[in-house]
Amino acid sequence: MTFDLSVFAGSGTEILGGFLMTLLAWISGTALSLALGLAVSLGLVFGPHALAIALRSYVEAIRGTPFLVQLFILYFGGPYIGLTLDPLPAGIVGLAIYGGSYFAEIFRAGFLAIPAGQVEAAALLGLTRRQIVGRIQFPQMMVVILPALVNMVIILSKETTILSIITVPELTFVVKGIGTRTFAFVETLLALALGYWLLVEVTSACGKALEQRVARHLVR
Amino acid sequence: MSAIKVVIHSFPLLLQAAMTTFVLSLVATAIGLVIAALVCALGLSKRRWLARAGAVYVSFFRGVPLLVQLLLIYYFLPFIGIDVPSLVAAVVGLSLCTAAYLAEILRGGLASIPPGQREAGEMLGLAKSQIWRRLLLPQAVRSMLPAIVSEVTLLLKASSLISVIGVAELTRTGQNIAASTYQPLEIYATVGAIYLALNLLLAAGGGMMERRFGLARR
Repeated sequence: MTFDLSVFAGSGTEILGGFLMTLLAWISGTALSLALGLAVSLGLVFGPHALAIALRSYVEAIRGTPFLVQLFILYFGGPYIGLTLDPLPAGIVGLAIYGGSYFAEIFRAGFLAIPAGQVEAAALLGLTRRQIVGRIQFPQMMVVILPALVNMVIILSKETTILSIITVPELTFVVKGIGTRTFAFVETLLALALGYWLLVEVTSACGKALEQRVARHLVR
Repeated sequence: MSAIKVVIHSFPLLLQAAMTTFVLSLVATAIGLVIAALVCALGLSKRRWLARAGAVYVSFFRGVPLLVQLLLIYYFLPFIGIDVPSLVAAVVGLSLCTAAYLAEILRGGLASIPPGQREAGEMLGLAKSQIWRRLLLPQAVRSMLPAIVSEVTLLLKASSLISVIGVAELTRTGQNIAASTYQPLEIYATVGAIYLALNLLLAAGGGMMERRFGLARR
């Protein structure tokens, strides 16, 4: 066998389409899971006891099971309870439910990282609950939890490969298809690995730059 | 067959597969720890290119999605003339990947010990091996244990991906049963519950070990 990169010739559009699909799943999955995670963390920290228990079970169940199994439950099990989704929506919803539980824990830790004295001082000054969360707690905790958020966003970018298993035509699915067609599995998968490596490194560098920017006023 | 009957009927098979998942994860962790120690030693090396090689290893295996790594290893080994069963390819893939994360944990654990301790050991005339065995390692292991346990639980969940290269572990067995019984919801929910139970088991075991090591310090 020889190492032959010409197997990619003529597949440019196909690969670009797969990459755009990966980006679509990653960005929409991340956006939805950030929103879900924030909502869940608010319920965990400020909600009534019963709600907090329900949300805690959701977080623990998702964090204790593999993403692949969650996807199978949603995609293959969903139709039996009247929830029939196409691969892409199922993948995005799956990513949102999965990422939401991890983001919820990160946001919760952020809320707890702000000293209680600040919240009490704000309450004494007559700020409403909403103002305290929106103007005192949230802006400060974002600086603290940004590294953890960036880390989770990177993890989600890697989890999008798993959507290929439920036949979402993202990058891994497309490149595997080219491998099957040309029998050049090693060349195609190696190129794919290098592509993801680059994507993760670039995202990580952007995250570092962002962290430095939001922390620029902090005294070192 | 009703859903509950299906679950009860397939439960022994799933438990057996869960055992495979559990043992595979522990074996991969053990091999991963050995590789991680080597990678960590590379990273701490004074020769710049060796340290660079360690850093590239960690960056590659943490940057590339595990699914792509597993597929690559599965096809790469036969490509260079090594024909192995998919089970071996799976263990190799999981070990190489977890080693990258474990190497970072080892590095952090060693870095957490103040340099004064090593210097004090040297001043007291302890041999290099004694400094490692009696001074550095016991403390490093103590501080690394929680992170290692959490890495094992991550690996246990990640091992579901080896179903893709045909290893009959928990997820793959669940797939087979779901396909033959047409009860995917119940079967996959059961599979998920078993993963959850395995993780709780690991966390409890890790907690016990942490208490033991914590007591040993006094």
